[in-house]
Formats: sequence, structure tokens, C-alpha cells
Amino acid sequence: MVKISDDDVHHLAQLSSLQLSDDEVVSLQSDLENILGYIEQLSELDTTGVEPTYQVTDLQNVWREDTVDDYGVSRDDLLALAPEQLENHIKVPKVL
Amino acid sequence: MSVIQDFIGISAHDNVERAITKARENESFHAILHLYEERAFAQADKVDRGELSGRLAGVPFIAKDNFLTFGGVTTAASSFLENFQAPLQATAIEKLEAEGAICIGKANLDAFAHGGSTENSAYGPTKNAIDQERVAGGSSGGSAVVVALDIVPFALGTDTGGSIRQPASFNGVVGVKPTYGTVSRYGVVAMASSTDTIGVLASSVDDATTIMDIMSGPDPKDMTTLPPFFAPSVLDGPLKIGIISESMTDDVDSEVRSSVNGVVASLKSAGHTVEEVSLPLLKYALGIYYIVVPAEISSNLGRYDGIRYGKRAEASKLSEVYGLSRDQGFMAENKRRIMIGSYVLSSGFFDAYYLQAQKARTLLINDFNTLFETFDVLISPTAPTPAFKIGENSHDPIKMYLADVMTVPASLAGLPAISVPAGKSEAGLPIGVQLIGQRRTDSRLLALAKQMENK
Repeated sequence: MVKISDDDVHHLAQLSSLQLSDDEVVSLQSDLENILGYIEQLSELDTTGVEPTYQVTDLQNVWREDTVDDYGVSRDDLLALAPEQLENHIKVPKVL
Repeated sequence: MSVIQDFIGISAHDNVERAITKARENESFHAILHLYEERAFAQADKVDRGELSGRLAGVPFIAKDNFLTFGGVTTAASSFLENFQAPLQATAIEKLEAEGAICIGKANLDAFAHGGSTENSAYGPTKNAIDQERVAGGSSGGSAVVVALDIVPFALGTDTGGSIRQPASFNGVVGVKPTYGTVSRYGVVAMASSTDTIGVLASSVDDATTIMDIMSGPDPKDMTTLPPFFAPSVLDGPLKIGIISESMTDDVDSEVRSSVNGVVASLKSAGHTVEEVSLPLLKYALGIYYIVVPAEISSNLGRYDGIRYGKRAEASKLSEVYGLSRDQGFMAENKRRIMIGSYVLSSGFFDAYYLQAQKARTLLINDFNTLFETFDVLISPTAPTPAFKIGENSHDPIKMYLADVMTVPASLAGLPAISVPAGKSEAGLPIGVQLIGQRRTDSRLLALAKQMENK
């Protein structure tokens, strides 16, 4: 049975860029333990020498010309979606 | 038995008005998140003036709210995108509009399509079309309910592990999940890119076929779309059909099993051969799915950072903007899946979980390929039970996941699968049967579904 500690939850939250509340840490700890306990059944399967699946429809190397296409969406349209903009840039809080 | 035909050649304005009135009368089901009245009437006027024509001229429809559309917000039923105005439209929407169809609004779903009941919507659950105490199924729950209530003749959905088929089964409508790559995913909110498909929920097989015919085909904006292969057809003789014995065990509701047995009997009397077949990997499919899909989710949902679009949390530091925006914008199930994905992809666990799952997926695909050497179509129940009660499974993620146990295998293998209504339980709840075919045999599956519908 997989054991997930509070520290594990914090570590996974950090990997996932999620700033969780304390209550969420408690409920996620048991949920994650249960889900991982369930999917652990796959270890029973012998997959020696089996190629992993990379894709399912046998498409190979789909090429296109290396040209710029904005698909009809302008820079202004996209910038307008950002919560804050300044002079054609997306504005964010200080990094350092 | 096309319902769409009833909408063609009459006033498009009246069609839209009737659909919107009916949507309002049925608000208690909470199937619709937004109505796009202004744009819908403007499109209708274009049809009525003869500026817009086509195979679906004036036919109203509703899209799941994870399709990017003009006319209002696209939220994916999340608070993250509560004010998101799409700068472009999904290819599927563009193709339908080019044939004169009119999108009158957007249907509820589990936020970001993570779920099997539409209870994970940030805007509250959708109720089952037959029994308001029960779930609509999901994640395309709203789409199934608007079709079941006859608000529109068809609705668009997405199916990553059963999200079209299972709600179709729970509400008694036809639900089509095509071969992976049949319909462009461009402009649809990504969940798990290796199994995400675009399909339709409709009240008749004929209409579902028409919609698939229009939506299918390659798109330079989605490099995984397949070369053209879809063409509506009729059955050219009796088929060899296998019923998956692992899907008919005692764990499955007895009324569901007897409905499927009823279908088997009528298939036999229609001249088809039906034999029991074994798919031993079925019991591992859910485990494979809940490794591969969360892994892809954790990557695909990395884009929701509160910086470029969507809701940004108030914070003074950039790292807090990310962390708080994501904590506030995602539902509990979104977080569970993102974190499971981070876990199975993290160093030290990658080989044991993700790689093992992708190898097991190959074994599952091999099993299907072997069966399709002998059989044309496989059948199983669509879901192990009829619609469950709202709240019944919400505190147990594994119980919730088990509702997808019949539908995830076809998704992992990229196979086309259809849920067809197969009667009702004693309590009057719809039950669906699932038809699964080899890749690119979508039109044969639809032809078989049509024959079953005529029974």
C-alpha cells in the first residue's frame, strides 16, 4: 500500500504550482493514497519486452511548411486576454 | 428517423426562439451555462435572408462549454475561465456554422471535463433528464440532458474516457465517440491529448451520422487528425459481433445486463452472429487510464497560470500568483488529477507508474487487435449501472472512476465507440449499450446502431 505523507502532498503541490489550504492537504493526502493504491494493481502485469504506447493511429511525421500563420488571431486579441497589460507586454508582479 | 430535418426549410429565427424558450422552461436541470441569444438570432437572420445556407441551415445546437465559441464566455465550467472570451472558434464549431447550424449556447460539464457526473462543475451539478435526484453523467452531462429534453436536436461533447458515451447512456440518447483523430481538436480545451476526441450526442443515429460527417476530416491546425476516411454507409451483410464477457459479470447491475442481453437477442434475430469473447486486460484499463490521463492533464493544465488569460489571484509575488490562481481556479478533482499526474511523472516513480501504464496500454491494444481479426464489432454495457444519485459517489474518487470502467478501454486504444439506448430499468432510468469497432470503422458502427434503433 502506498503511503503519502503530509510532506509528500506539499512536495507534489509544489511540483504542480498549487498553493493548497491546510484542509485541502488533509483531504488530498487520503485521496491520493486511495487512488495510488488502486492504480498500483498494474504492477501485477508482466510487461517484460513490451513496447510502450506512444500513439494509437500509426500516423508518422506529419510535416508542414515552416511559415508563420497567426490562424486569424492577432497579437492584440491575445494580449487583451491577459489580466494586466502594459505597452504590448503582459504585466506581472515583481519576480525578485 | 432524422429530427434535424424538421428544422430545415422553416424560419431559422423561429427555430432559435423555440429552442431558447425551451431552454428557459427547463432551467431547473441546470444543463446550460450560457445562452448566446444575440449571436444566435443574428446567425438565424443570416439564414433567413439566404446569406447562410447548407446541410444544417437554421438548425440550433448547443456545445459543451469546453469548445471555444464566439457569442459569449467559454468557461470549461471552471471559475478560472469565468470571464474568458475566446479569441477564436473551434474547428468543429466553424464547420457546423459553415453548414448553417446555429450555436444557441453552452452546456455544463465537470470543470475541465474532469469527472463522470457533471457534479464537479464550478457552477453546480446538472440534473438527470429523467430523474432530477440523479446525476446527468459526465463529463458531457449538460450536452446529454439538452438533447434528452428536446431543447436541441444535437449537442457537441468531448470524450476522453467515456464523457460522451456514459452521459448518453444515463439520459437515453445516442452518443458517438469517434476514432481518435477523426475530428479536429483545435479550439477545444485540452484534457488528455492522447485520448481526447470530439463527438456528438443526438436523439437519432441518422442525425449523429450527419454531424460526424460534417465535423470529420483533417485539419492543418491539429496534426493528429487522420486523412479522410469517414463516409456514411449501410451494412453490407451480417456482422460477427463479440460480447465482452468481463463486462457482464455479477459486479454489473442486473438490469443493465438484461438490457444488453436483450440487445444480443435482437442482433441475433437480425441475422448477426454474437459470441462471447474475453478481454482479460479490461480489469486493468481503469488503472492504466488513471495514470496516463492524469499525467497528460498535469502537463496540459500547466498553461493555467493566471498570467496570460483567465483569473489572476491577488498576490504580491509571482510564485504566489501561480500557486493561488491555480488553487482558486481549479476544483478538487482538477487538483487530484494534476497531483496524481505530477506523482506518476516524477523521477523515481516514472518507470513504475507511467512507463508501466504505457506498456500495459500496448497489451490492451494488442488484445483488441486480436479480437478484431475475428470480430467486426464488440459490445458491452456503456456503464455498469444506470444514473446514480447526486452526491452518492462524490466523496469517493475511486467509486466515481468505476463508472468509466466500460468506456476507458476504447479511449486508450483510440477506437470508435457508440452508446445506443437499450431500454430502461424498472425505475424508468435509461440504459445504454456500447458498440466498439476497430479504428476507422465508425460508419459501420453507426450503420449497426441505426439498424438497432429501428428495432
